[in-house]
Amino acid sequence: MSGALHAEWTKLRTVPGPAWLLLGVVALTIAVSTAVVGATHCPQDLTCPVDTTKLSLTGVQLGQAVVAILAVLTISNEYSSGMIRTTLAATPNRQTVLAAKAILLGALVLAAGAVAVFGCVLAGHLILTGHGFTATRGFHPIWLSYGPTLRAACGSVLYLGLIALMSLGVAAIVRDSATSIGVVLALLYLFPIVLAFVGNTHWQHRLERWTPTIAGLTIQATTGLRSLAISPWGGLGVLGIWAGATLVLGALALRLRDV
Amino acid sequence: MTPQAISVSRPEAGAGDGARGGFGAVLRAEWTKFRSVRGWVIGMILAALLMIFLGVFAAANGFISCGIPGAPQQSGKACLPYVAHGPGGEVVTDSFSFLRQPLTGNGTVTARVTALTGEAQAESGNTVPGRLDAWAKAGIIIKQSTRQGSAYAAMMVTGSNGVRMQYNYAGDVAGLPGSVSAAHPRWLRLTRSGDTITGYDSANGTHWTKVGTVQLSRLPSIVQVGMFVTSPDFTVTQNSFGGGTSDNGPTQAAGVFDHVSLTGASPGTWTGTTIGGEGPAGLRPPGGPGPAPFTRAGGTFTVTGSGDIAPVTPGPSQGLPTATIGQSLVGAFVGLIAIVAVAAMFFSTEYRRGLIRTTLAATPRRGAVLAAKAVVIGAVAFVAGLVAAVVSIAVGVPKEENQGQVLLTVPGLTEVRVIAGTAAMLALCAVLAVALGAILRRSAAAITIAVLIVVMPFLLSALHVFSSGVGDWLLRLTPAAGLAVEQSIPRYPQVSTITSPAAGGYYPLSPYTGLAVLCLWTAAALALALVMLRRRDA
Repeated sequence: MSGALHAEWTKLRTVPGPAWLLLGVVALTIAVSTAVVGATHCPQDLTCPVDTTKLSLTGVQLGQAVVAILAVLTISNEYSSGMIRTTLAATPNRQTVLAAKAILLGALVLAAGAVAVFGCVLAGHLILTGHGFTATRGFHPIWLSYGPTLRAACGSVLYLGLIALMSLGVAAIVRDSATSIGVVLALLYLFPIVLAFVGNTHWQHRLERWTPTIAGLTIQATTGLRSLAISPWGGLGVLGIWAGATLVLGALALRLRDV
Repeated sequence: MTPQAISVSRPEAGAGDGARGGFGAVLRAEWTKFRSVRGWVIGMILAALLMIFLGVFAAANGFISCGIPGAPQQSGKACLPYVAHGPGGEVVTDSFSFLRQPLTGNGTVTARVTALTGEAQAESGNTVPGRLDAWAKAGIIIKQSTRQGSAYAAMMVTGSNGVRMQYNYAGDVAGLPGSVSAAHPRWLRLTRSGDTITGYDSANGTHWTKVGTVQLSRLPSIVQVGMFVTSPDFTVTQNSFGGGTSDNGPTQAAGVFDHVSLTGASPGTWTGTTIGGEGPAGLRPPGGPGPAPFTRAGGTFTVTGSGDIAPVTPGPSQGLPTATIGQSLVGAFVGLIAIVAVAAMFFSTEYRRGLIRTTLAATPRRGAVLAAKAVVIGAVAFVAGLVAAVVSIAVGVPKEENQGQVLLTVPGLTEVRVIAGTAAMLALCAVLAVALGAILRRSAAAITIAVLIVVMPFLLSALHVFSSGVGDWLLRLTPAAGLAVEQSIPRYPQVSTITSPAAGGYYPLSPYTGLAVLCLWTAAALALALVMLRRRDA
């Protein structure tokens, strides 16, 4: 296993793509969050029903796309270049290869995600307080010392890690990079759009509870917790099930198919 | 050197071959490449099928129940309220307090309005006094009959839009600006001559200005003439993360009239009627049928009314569960992702396999290759989108109506524009993706960028991530502007609407402007792709 891990690490660090993508995760996530909090004001005479922590973490919604690309390319690039044959010749145990990729990818995404999420929280902390979201008006602090914000921030980092694992699983099943990206982006962004259009409350409830991104992102909620369709950690658990299921299917596909 | 070798290497022979094929041959070559890759053909078919499935699913789950809180809830068609259609066939709101008398033949009605005041009832049930809606209306009207949706022409003062002449629900002409008060009264006059109605306004009753002339075709000999007051529902939306919060409710207005005169054959006695009270419960005005609330003191009439005389627009403000044909096209997003994926691969895989060298050896004119690919993928995407849009609307719209939603009907030409426009939008996105594929040479990056610049702005706007101003600009400047082509109901200046693609189908740009923005993006990407193709080695 350590050999496989070392091999994967060498493959990742010797091409420029992954490093740029990880940098992209951090930059894009923080940039979007900063733009969103910068554009949000709470005028004096209005009550603003805003979940300030969730607002500060908006960038994760875009950053996850970059995470997904990185995860997909980790495996599909090997298929498009034929490298996968060399990899499997060196490490015939295919589960070990996938596990090594998952561990390494997960660790890298968690590290980049931690930096990105910390940047988002910092942006919210510095900007939103100046835009009228102050403690005197009943808004909770946007800082890691506040329990729910800490949970939302740590959860968002884990969320990005799970998105990476789910995308890796999809790519292991689909193999082709373009198709994998299409499938993963659809998984990430289609359900929220459907939710916006479906008026049937039963279906809304189902979508909120069982789809990877909507359920997963409930981890960011810090206000109105009673009205959530699923508890924050439960929602992240649903995403965990998606990630686990796709990884298991990916491992099966890798084992059963020829390269 | 043998003669054959000389003839083969003659340059004009090669040029002749290329000229004989021309662009048609390049096009045929690209079409062959597309249709012979099974995955791409399947991808396009899948795009259409998913688009239909998702659109019909959303349409079939749009609205579920209705009823007064506490009472047993009803669902589906039982919820469908009485719907009035205007002379143009569009769904209209037509409810107001009407102080009227019949007028036979030609005549003139004149009145002076000295006050217009209002109040609103918030969702909480609290009455907000002194809140006059911007489009509260008090004025005089000539109407075909008391039937809802019948033809009319009216002169009115409004809450904060000055004097207006409005006719047949959609028509709106501005008159004197400024609000009305006892110090600044407004004189209004309507004259009927055959089918022609002319509206005048005046600040003093002596100097009259013509505001407009309208033809109301086939107006009967006897029409209803008089004073009216109405005031539409208000909506206050506040966009914030996790969905906009909105407060809406009915408003009521009171108008004070004096110097009322009516020339022509009429009985001379005023009857108060509430128009639009006969619909099922839940429709305004809540007072139900009966005499309109009005008081008379000498020559001064005070009329109180609630409702609107205007086209029904999508969105939460009208108190009606409305549906538009555009709503069953939500599946276009999934279609978009699949089509963009195929389109990006159509160019970028040539780099992966080295096929690009063969292609450019066969067709050295690189622009022609790019153009042929764009034409082929654009045409395929257009056909897939067209089929999917037609089926989505044909299957989805009846389902929307079965849910108890009022379908806001549009003219056939608009329907054609929405369907063909959706197909064109998908085709343009496909060409954009081809260009991105040529620029980036990598499928993954091309697909991601193409999907993100179209889908993300819409998603951020639909989820109300930004305050509405920023969200609107995203839908104006990014390729997502092209989605505006799905907006089927026009914006009327005389109806307050909110921009919310998900809730109401209103986009910040008009349909064709939005499509033009997408065209610009696609053209820019194609130009960049051409430059890169020519500059770089294959």
